[in-house]
Amino acid sequence: MISGVRKLGAQGIEAVWRAGAMARFFWLVLLHSGTSFRRFSLTIREIYFSGVMSLVIIMVSGLFVGMVLGLQGFETLQKYGAEETMGVLVALSLVRELGPVVAALLFASRAGSAVTAEIGLMKATEQLKAMDMMAIDPVARVVAPRFWAGVISMPLLAALFSAMGIFGGYIVAVTVVGIDPGVFWANMQAAVDFRYDVLSGVIKSIAFGVAIATIATFEGFDADPTAEGVSRATTRTVVKSALTVLVIDLILTAFMIRGL
Amino acid sequence: MRSTSSSTESTASPDNFVEINNVDFAFGKRKILKGISLSVPKGRVVAIMGGSGCGKTTLLRLIGGQLKPSSGAVRVDNQVVADLDREALYALRRKMGMLFQFGALFTDMSVFDNIAFQLREHTDLPEDMIRDLVLMKLDAVGLRGASKLYPAELSGGMARRVALARAVALDPELVMYDEPFAGLDPISLAAVGQTIRRLNDALGATSIVVTHDIVESLQIVDYLYFVADGRIVGQGTPDEIRASTEPFIKQFVHAELDGPVPFHYPASNYEDDLELSPPKAAGVAG
Amino acid sequence: MDRKTIDIWVGIFMLIGIGALLFLALKVGNLGSERNGSTYNVEARFENIGGLKMKAPVKSSGVLVGRVSDIRLDPDKFQAVVTLTLDKRFEFPKDSDASILTSGLLGEVYIGLQAGGDTKKLAQGDSITLTQSGVVLERLIGQFMFNKAAESPEKK
Repeated sequence: MISGVRKLGAQGIEAVWRAGAMARFFWLVLLHSGTSFRRFSLTIREIYFSGVMSLVIIMVSGLFVGMVLGLQGFETLQKYGAEETMGVLVALSLVRELGPVVAALLFASRAGSAVTAEIGLMKATEQLKAMDMMAIDPVARVVAPRFWAGVISMPLLAALFSAMGIFGGYIVAVTVVGIDPGVFWANMQAAVDFRYDVLSGVIKSIAFGVAIATIATFEGFDADPTAEGVSRATTRTVVKSALTVLVIDLILTAFMIRGL
Repeated sequence: MRSTSSSTESTASPDNFVEINNVDFAFGKRKILKGISLSVPKGRVVAIMGGSGCGKTTLLRLIGGQLKPSSGAVRVDNQVVADLDREALYALRRKMGMLFQFGALFTDMSVFDNIAFQLREHTDLPEDMIRDLVLMKLDAVGLRGASKLYPAELSGGMARRVALARAVALDPELVMYDEPFAGLDPISLAAVGQTIRRLNDALGATSIVVTHDIVESLQIVDYLYFVADGRIVGQGTPDEIRASTEPFIKQFVHAELDGPVPFHYPASNYEDDLELSPPKAAGVAG
Repeated sequence: MDRKTIDIWVGIFMLIGIGALLFLALKVGNLGSERNGSTYNVEARFENIGGLKMKAPVKSSGVLVGRVSDIRLDPDKFQAVVTLTLDKRFEFPKDSDASILTSGLLGEVYIGLQAGGDTKKLAQGDSITLTQSGVVLERLIGQFMFNKAAESPEKK
């Protein structure tokens, strides 16, 4: 029983220590980011592998989520005779919350884990050490471009997710339920405010991007240089990213809610 | 024949490209190197030999500045490596080339790009000049035709040779080889050995070869150091080593099963383990 | 995967990504129409705004012509001062009246603009002088009950 408590304590201390290590790593990556922008082609390459390769899953998921929102909302809206506000329901849900959060979770699973695996594998096969011995800074050349690619891709992917979702809701509203397209858009435009809804969604997605990029690159860089170590690191990236995104979401939403 | 178990001689001389003076290194609580002193004269090929896990690779890391000694000094080109700041260390590393144990080739680029990497990063040479240089390096290791392949498509021996070509891409003054012969077939082995010697002489460089392949080493190097248990236990020229009667060196050179390096991992008495001897106390289960 | 292909795809990605952001900002949100260029503000004072909220619609003949952009209390006269942001396409006479109405019985509260007859039109910064306050449901019920109570003794 005591050993169980001890283990818990040890794990807690380890968790705090790792969080500190990640913060220091974040700072290190920022300091070494010059190359990512001076030689932007490096970053562009990583945007391709993180962002472009995630397009399909993001856009398809967005479409389906939007359609489901429309269908699910229909039943309840119908009770109050408010079917015509379906656009409002879909748009607000997506733009404020679902777009940034779900896109972030998908991004972490697809691109985040890939980055962790890549960096971890380079570490395990001593490629990072070899680069270091060639007097080329591996953090500047390998890690930082992947970090910035994540930060740049995330808001764009979240916006695409929301846009596809709204389109999906439009399809359900107009073709399934039979709402007039003009009314759909008019109600939506009336209810969605740029500053409050759209902008807060964008801010959230940027915050998520920074979090996921930091976690993915850190876990790869910190992984045990073995096959097992890399595998564990990729799992950690996905789990930690998911939890961190949800916590940040709670904090930001609390700040942004009108009337508090 | 000279043999020193722990040497405190300081061979401070500008003729030595690398000097290690009374260096200790510990990894956590484990002492890996205890009072090592050795020197590598300019233009020479020196082998550092010893059993697995005796600290040979650690020495290379200390020379390259990836690790710092707990005590003592490592000098390269008359600079104390551990005292250098980042920029100076990187400047020093541009004079070094290193062949890693498993090649450590960049898997996301072709053989050509691997070798061109340092040329592109550190020089402003135009692409056609880089192309010529890369093909020349590949030709020196006999792999000019493989320039478009990717590391995943290479055999072990080929990967090792590409890594060798990459290590000398910038014509370094110091080349370090970490187990260059491990796992190679006899033909590749001889090829790599000859290449190390030829490159060293052609470039006018200094080479350090960390290995436990005694046969090949005796053929190509100018001097050998033997490391065991974190200390230098023997050193000499190939002739001196061959003639040595020092127990450790003799066991190593003649591949004897038992000697200063024991065959058996420490264990309890054999008879007791097999429970053949009569029980010592009453009540012991048989 | 050669450079050109990567560059093209990243370019496409960034274009559609920014396009999505613009779509959300302009078509879904209301960034475009909030520009001061296409709207003008007028003030209206009320005794009681009832359930009127920020961004409530301003309608004339049932058609949306603007939104409530500010609600504050005048501490000297103890009146509610409401700022209406109206679409420049619609001009109203200076003697128009503004009433606070409810959509249906318990629906959304909005401001109804009834055009007057004046030839001079409302411009940026003008005030609407004729206003009708909103209904406060509790007062209505109280009044109803008071009337009922006043009726009964007479019937005896």
